[in-house]
Amino acid sequence: MSELIPTQTGAPAAESELMVRAEQVHKSFGHIEVLKGIDLEVRSGEVCCLLGPSGSGKSTFLRCINHLEKINAGRIWVDGDLIGYRERGGKLHELREKEVAAQRRAIGMVFQRFNLFPHMTALENVIEAPVRVKREPKAAVRERAEALLARVGLADKMGNYPGQLSGGQQQRVAIARALAMQPKLMLFDEPTSALDPELVGEVLDVMKDLARDGMTMIVVTHEIGFAREVGDTLVFMDGGVVVERGNPREVIANPRHERTKTFLAKVL
Amino acid sequence: MESEEVTTVRARPEPIRAVPVRHPGRWVTVAVLAVLAAMFVHVLVTNDAFNWSFMVDKMFRPPIIEGLLRGTVLMTVSAMVIGVALGVVVAIMRLSDNPILRGVAWLYTWFFRAVPRLVLLAVFGNIGILWSRIEFGVPFDTQLGQLFGIDNLQLRLFGFSSRDILTGFMAGLLGLALSEAAYMAEIVRAGIQSVDPGQTEAAQALGMSRGQLLRRVVLPQAMRVIIPPTGNETIAMLKDTSLLLYVPVSVELFFQLDAVGKRTFQIFPMYVAACLWYLFLTSILLVGQYFLERHFGKGYGPAGRARLRLRTIAAEQGGGGGQGAVG
Repeated sequence: MSELIPTQTGAPAAESELMVRAEQVHKSFGHIEVLKGIDLEVRSGEVCCLLGPSGSGKSTFLRCINHLEKINAGRIWVDGDLIGYRERGGKLHELREKEVAAQRRAIGMVFQRFNLFPHMTALENVIEAPVRVKREPKAAVRERAEALLARVGLADKMGNYPGQLSGGQQQRVAIARALAMQPKLMLFDEPTSALDPELVGEVLDVMKDLARDGMTMIVVTHEIGFAREVGDTLVFMDGGVVVERGNPREVIANPRHERTKTFLAKVL
Repeated sequence: MESEEVTTVRARPEPIRAVPVRHPGRWVTVAVLAVLAAMFVHVLVTNDAFNWSFMVDKMFRPPIIEGLLRGTVLMTVSAMVIGVALGVVVAIMRLSDNPILRGVAWLYTWFFRAVPRLVLLAVFGNIGILWSRIEFGVPFDTQLGQLFGIDNLQLRLFGFSSRDILTGFMAGLLGLALSEAAYMAEIVRAGIQSVDPGQTEAAQALGMSRGQLLRRVVLPQAMRVIIPPTGNETIAMLKDTSLLLYVPVSVELFFQLDAVGKRTFQIFPMYVAACLWYLFLTSILLVGQYFLERHFGKGYGPAGRARLRLRTIAAEQGGGGGQGAVG
């Protein structure tokens, strides 16, 4: 992780390989400051795991990356595009709803509570966005969606409604739904936290497979094993700041900060 | 391990054959109700003022059937179609980020819910007293013209005589539809707000626009909450078409029955005929409502969920390979 010299305008030198760059991101809900200046860089193809106690702001930060939350200060770039704003003449202009939507197309997101559309079958869930949002031909999307569902191991569940699927199956459909938009970046917001313990493995397997394929991923998780095995970087957050970052195996084996030590001692 | 085996080997006990609890109270209730029913039939049959043969003779006459088809059925359908469409618009305005749209929507629902339908219909029926012609164009055109020294400037796009348009059917339709839209707006708003906010987030994360996520994701799910009260509203609307008597709308069921009754001095038989006709029409709607609710409850609710679970179990036993479904 090389420290970047912040520049007001123009792209950073190492932009070509940087997928996400966050600079001094602040976010408050009312009087409570949840993020107190987060800096983060994620290279293309990197798997970055965000770890930390609940309330540390890791999910909020993830939601800022695709502008589900508006940040109060700082900047976030995804693949060189400033998220949510346009910088012109030294001033920030809010992007229109349509432009924000266009930025989100390239960023897939998987939620803790799956958030599948309950009135559509698994296949319809996956087909919906590419057809409606990207206006791709339905036949081609359908083919891709079937391949994706097969890839996450649900070839035989395509016609089922989310209510007929287990939590693990629903989450795998949700991953397929995000992948159908062919995103450059995938955000995972505690994807296994709402699952029964026995169903966690099947979802993690799909994510590992995705990481092996070179997908850029930011994963908020409590799965230390996943972070150690699949993660390229581990970022430990607490109280709205990044406490420690580095190679997951090293950080987990010998955490340098007291806060990281106590947290890892509790979860390991 | 051993104890388990013992339990499986043990013989199945006798099925329970117990004497059921007696309910003598039920029989007493039935007897009382039977007497009351007999008294009611007695009244119906022995009182000549009911004049049944007269009623049956008159209640199928062409003017009455025409009033039923146009004034009651067509009016209900038209008023509900306009009311639902306008109600959805007002509900979306009410939930908009734009404070002016929100304010206008609030004002609309406040006014049309606060004024009784009967009064509203009387007002719309007599609006011709205020304006003989209703025209649309630039507001204050004559006054503005005078400012610039032009006499009698008229900037009207189109207009119509209120006596031609705003009488009878149109006035009644306007009154009923506008008032219905206010109630429907509240129902639709509640439906939209009942949808999990995670659904909106998921749709946004996929890059859907506000219109797309409303049409494709939120409204279909809100339907489950919106449909049952809309069924009730339709039934209420059918009955409220009888208020058109005060517009007045002459081609309407109750107006016609009432007129026949007053003309022939057989008021009561005609009122009984009205009861029977409205009973008949609302019963049809009740059947329709049952099927609608069953359709939109698919995949939800106790019955729906049970049906889905059955189907899943069947699929698992047949297909296999998958994990157990979580209900």
